[in-house]
Amino acid sequence: MTDTAQRTPAAPHKDINTGPVQRSWKAPIALGVFALLAVILFMGFGRAGESTLTLSARADSIQLVPLVLPTLATCYIIAAVLVAIAVAATLMVRRGTRVPLWLTTVFSILLLLGFLVWASAGANLPIPGLLAGSLGLAVPLIFGALGGVISERVGVVNIAIEGQLLAGAFSSALVASVTGSPIIGLVAAMVSGVLVSFVLAAFAIKYVVDQVIVGVVLNVLVSGLTGFLFSQLLSPNSDALNSPPRFNEIAIPLLSEIPIIGHVFFRQTLIVYLMYLAVACVYVGLFHTKWGLRLRAVGEHPQAADTVGINVGSTRFWNVSLAGAIAGLGGAFFTLGSVGAFGKDMTAGAGFIALAAVIFGRWDPIRATLAALLFGFASNLQGVLNIIGSPVPSEFMLMLPYLVTIFAVAGLVGKSRPPAASGKPYIKS
Amino acid sequence: MKLELRGITKRFGALVANDHIDLTVNPGEILGLLGENGAGKSTLMNVLYGLYQADEGEILLDNEVQHFSGPGDAMHAGIGMVHQHFMLIPVFTVAENVMLGHEQTGFAGRLDVAAARAQVRKISEAFGFDLDPDAIVGDLPVGVQQRVEIIKALSRDAKVLVFDEPTAVLTPQETDELMTIMRQLKQGGTSIVFITHKLREVRAVADRISVIRLGKVVGEAEPTATNTELASLMVGRAVELTVQKGPAKTRGRAFAVENLSVVDARDQVVVDRVSFDVRAGEILAIAGVQGNGQTELTEAIMGLQERVSGSITLDGQSLRHLSVQKVLDAGVGFIPEDRTEDGVVSEFTIAENLMLDRSYSKPFVKAGSLQRNYLAAFAEEKIAEFDIRAQSIDTHAGRLSGGNQQKVVLARELSRDLRLFVAAQPTRGLDVGSIEFVHERIIATRDAGIPVIVVSTELDEVVALADRIAVMYGGRIVGIVPGDTPRDVLGLMMAGEAPEQGAAA
Ligand SMILES: Nc1ncnc2c1ncn2[C@@H]1O[C@H](COP(=O)(O)OP(=O)(O)OP(=O)(O)O)[C@@H](O)[C@H]1O
Ligand SMILES: [Mg+2]
Repeated sequence: MTDTAQRTPAAPHKDINTGPVQRSWKAPIALGVFALLAVILFMGFGRAGESTLTLSARADSIQLVPLVLPTLATCYIIAAVLVAIAVAATLMVRRGTRVPLWLTTVFSILLLLGFLVWASAGANLPIPGLLAGSLGLAVPLIFGALGGVISERVGVVNIAIEGQLLAGAFSSALVASVTGSPIIGLVAAMVSGVLVSFVLAAFAIKYVVDQVIVGVVLNVLVSGLTGFLFSQLLSPNSDALNSPPRFNEIAIPLLSEIPIIGHVFFRQTLIVYLMYLAVACVYVGLFHTKWGLRLRAVGEHPQAADTVGINVGSTRFWNVSLAGAIAGLGGAFFTLGSVGAFGKDMTAGAGFIALAAVIFGRWDPIRATLAALLFGFASNLQGVLNIIGSPVPSEFMLMLPYLVTIFAVAGLVGKSRPPAASGKPYIKS
Repeated sequence: MKLELRGITKRFGALVANDHIDLTVNPGEILGLLGENGAGKSTLMNVLYGLYQADEGEILLDNEVQHFSGPGDAMHAGIGMVHQHFMLIPVFTVAENVMLGHEQTGFAGRLDVAAARAQVRKISEAFGFDLDPDAIVGDLPVGVQQRVEIIKALSRDAKVLVFDEPTAVLTPQETDELMTIMRQLKQGGTSIVFITHKLREVRAVADRISVIRLGKVVGEAEPTATNTELASLMVGRAVELTVQKGPAKTRGRAFAVENLSVVDARDQVVVDRVSFDVRAGEILAIAGVQGNGQTELTEAIMGLQERVSGSITLDGQSLRHLSVQKVLDAGVGFIPEDRTEDGVVSEFTIAENLMLDRSYSKPFVKAGSLQRNYLAAFAEEKIAEFDIRAQSIDTHAGRLSGGNQQKVVLARELSRDLRLFVAAQPTRGLDVGSIEFVHERIIATRDAGIPVIVVSTELDEVVALADRIAVMYGGRIVGIVPGDTPRDVLGLMMAGEAPEQGAAA
């Protein structure tokens, strides 16, 4: 007999007053606030003129006509639709149904579109460029976040993502310059990420030192070491040691011809394709394979994992190393994918943003990737709007990536619960 | 497979949990292992399972000395174990928990979840359990988690099986099924170690009985030994298996629940228009099979449930809409049914756990600072009074044996000024000596003129304590009957049949 079986006889009494039904008002409130902000911005600070949204890059074979929209009218219509959606969401929750995800998605896209139209009044906004730049900024974040997801899921807090990115960037630049092969540079980046992980894993797992402290120390160590080597070794001989060949873009037939997004996503370097692969592999691996099941078991309840014959220490050690390799790849993107040379502290806190993406993404590789993309987009939007001359003060624009991330997280991400044993060493008696 | 333990000694710091223990289990034999709370039974089994490293002694399987560096080795050697503190991963589904460690995989290491589901279904059917393989373990009540833990152990064809108190949270029917399965396994040549505090069970299924006290084997007994003999062997003194209880001297109505309903997170009505009252100085026992709304009812009284309707009054004061802290302050003492989850903070010391619900005011805290000396003296006194077996008051609660954790909770709740005492499964996992003690304390609480509610799935306990018995089924109270109602009537009521006219009290 199960509990439900025993309970069924009592079920028919739906008529009784059972107190307040739990309703989540979060969605309608968030939508309402944003709709209100849109109304204030679009109507209160309405801008005249026409907004031009360029949809095709010059290299595209299918050329779309630029979208020319009357700024004020478009903004009014969008604001009205946003308000309507917010009202609909309120009514839904009143009736006791949940606000569907697609509605929130439509709302967000419209809000974004409205903002773009509003900001680009009298100017030309290149959409493919905006997206391509966003992806470029997001790539290292995504690699870093994947590394973070793996190591936290296995129970080791990885503050050292920043150090792993930086180590990857440095060694890939150096090795690719010396060997002349970006592929070998990529391998070097992974190796150096793994080396940073070894130190983290050894101290955290074997010597049970506080993981956050080890991570912070490692970041400082890598920053100092690469900084020192950069100024002593790389700068004076930059031709020989710090001018790595960069990866060429590879266009994927057909896919790269898709209007608007084809160029952005499918005319990219090897590193970006590796990233797609990594996201898919980590996701499938984590939730659908033996490797992932054991990894998560160790991060949730190491003793239980131990009792079914899983070696907690080595599972942690090797997966933290794997995480380092992935983060190292992200570092290589800085030098072999975008900038083309190593610069002191060139990761500039990307590792910490990646860490934030891990948490915002609720320790899920797909969500963390989306969080990283969102952050990349917001950062790039800020840059692009500055260039086309947006009416918003640039100091405010600098806040944009962080603001968007915080709101998106507060509005979309619910309760988040880290892996139960994350950061806790497993000691046997 | 023949199992032999020779001179196993395990120390935790200065504490000797196992002191040169020798045990033998022959192939196809069930050894009942008895012992007080904290006697060292679980420790011994954890040593056998490779979870702890013994300080001295050796483990032999079929006369060969084994060297286990971890549970993996023990599993390979053919040992399986049902752990007293479940080794389940709360965020995993039942199927995932069962397959963990011996996963069947398809292409590229992809998990074969369907195979795991089928396995769960197969074993649970053999067992008479109905278990959803896709349910998340953390959402399941303890009784169901226990079934998962058992199924996990049975799914690996072990040749030596250890059952560490598997029946504490099972229903009597499930216990019977488990015993049938143990007999079947025994036929197939499996050697079984069965730990329980319920003497009836060992006598029913064990071939031999060994008794451990204070880390040493103190004797062997035949299954034909009487309860009294076994009990005194365990505790080292004569134990009264049913406590003496005078007639209740009740005073007026003290606590009343009217039309109480509770809806759970899955929109199920789990408590359905329940009404009862408890007089000062009487024990109302709430009987019923696990999962019929008892848990939610007590939680609603404590203010732990969110979607509640109806009224709850104590001495004329309403307890509805009060925070848990206010409910505690109103003088309600509460023993939660899941002690590890809701009863103690395992990372806190015994002393800290003893002051847990009075952590914000005198006498433990003055002017915002903790009164360490007072707390230490208080904790020492309670350890002695409740016979909590621990190295010191600074031992972490998580390090205590199950029964001793329960005593910590009891000590905390019974050392306040109470106006109502609610005890859910107060003796779950306790040894006979401790049960005697707890029952005496509950009766003493009643005799001090406090209304007492005891929720129990053990009919023995209900009959031993109750002045009146309310039986719950399907979220409703089937009937409230006098404490001396015959067991067969209670049994029928627990299956949902209303009592005959005239039996109601
Ligand atoms: N990890 C540990 N560290 C320190 N002391 C421990 C640890 N585990 C158990 N002990 C102590 O060892 C003794 C034996 O505990 P054990 O859990 O084996 O008892 P038990 O016989 O299983 O009792 P119960 O019937 O209550 O489950 C207890 O005094 C307990 O406090
Ligand atoms: Mg035990």
